[in-house]
Amino acid sequence: MAREEPTALERFINGVLPENPIYRQLLGMCPVLAVTSAMKPAMTMAGATAFVLICANIVISLMRSLLKPHLRILVFTLTIATFVTIADKFLAAYVYEMSKQLGPYVPLIIVNCLIISRCEICASKQSVGVAAADAVGMSLGFALALASIATVREILGSGMWFGLRVLPGSWPGWGIMVLPPGAFLSLGLLLGAAEWVSRKRARTNLWRTVRMLWSWRR
Amino acid sequence: MGETQQKGGYIGQAWLVIVLGLLYGGVLAGVQTTLSGRAADNKKDETYSVIPSLVRGADETKTIELMVEGKNGKEARIYRAIGADASHKGWVVSAGGQGFADRIELLIGLDPALTTLTGLYVLEQKETPALGDRITEAGFRDRFSGKPADQSIVMVKSEPKAENEVRALTGATISSESVSAIVNDALANLREPIGRRAHSAAPGEASRETTG
Repeated sequence: MAREEPTALERFINGVLPENPIYRQLLGMCPVLAVTSAMKPAMTMAGATAFVLICANIVISLMRSLLKPHLRILVFTLTIATFVTIADKFLAAYVYEMSKQLGPYVPLIIVNCLIISRCEICASKQSVGVAAADAVGMSLGFALALASIATVREILGSGMWFGLRVLPGSWPGWGIMVLPPGAFLSLGLLLGAAEWVSRKRARTNLWRTVRMLWSWRR
Repeated sequence: MGETQQKGGYIGQAWLVIVLGLLYGGVLAGVQTTLSGRAADNKKDETYSVIPSLVRGADETKTIELMVEGKNGKEARIYRAIGADASHKGWVVSAGGQGFADRIELLIGLDPALTTLTGLYVLEQKETPALGDRITEAGFRDRFSGKPADQSIVMVKSEPKAENEVRALTGATISSESVSAIVNDALANLREPIGRRAHSAAPGEASRETTG
């Protein structure tokens, strides 16, 4: 029996938390480690990635019936590269300082596995509505994950959030948090916390099922 | 492959890729045409804002932009740095060349006599993050200040011994050497044309204040 594909709502919800691209799938680690020293670059990256993911998913879904299996990856890459170039040019024109700060990481969105995996898993198989909902959910999940890591790093590293001071001026600022080791430390600890919460929830659900089965038997 | 050819040949198989290539190419050409002017303005603003840090005493608003023909026959953009007292403080040369990953664009500060480098700024680069992109850091750029502009800059991996030697970045030798090659090429190409301009203000030269 063929497995039923998820609906648009399921795709959207899955992207945000249950299948979060960073905490559950460990995709897009390059921007996660590189641009999360502060909220502004992290959110710019999240916005650029969302634009590319949503546009690529919609375009691929629209032409899904025309895709040849052995040429599909080429079509995905061509489409993603086009939207990444548009995002790069737009940032250079309208958000020049941020474009310079992000440097090569915007063009590197082309090789973000998150985008090509959504084209392969969802957009090339399902309707435009589902593909768009999937892209929005995944983009939101990606943005939330980037924001969580950037929040920890910026607050602990400089006492600020989005460039605004949130900790007292006496806060010494843990310099290591805005440096590359801080990215690995934050990501590792947050991944561990996400895994712990997930297992705890799974254990609770298991006990609930066992109790239900036991009461039904009696 | 025989089976592929039976199902319509190469064109039959790849028509979508060909159509998309043409379509996306057209879209990107349109985006480039629409946004390139604004991006160039941003770069120009940045150039003017860093000129005072490349040539001491220069006034950003009095800077004069010039086009000169280099020895290689190509036109190059240079800036005459003028102080608030209207005196000539030096030159800034815009130069570019291939780096390790992509094109590097530099602004090179020179004294009025074109004998000493007074500063270096990296306007654009896409070198390897945390390695080659350290060419943008002041710690590397400042190594060029005070170096002779009439000799070729040589990158070395140890402490510089000669006047024209500059210490390369550890782990980014190719990026460092690309920077020195761009500086050397630009100076070899433009020193004479700039020297000719040094004593004459060509008609049409105007500061940013007047050109807007």
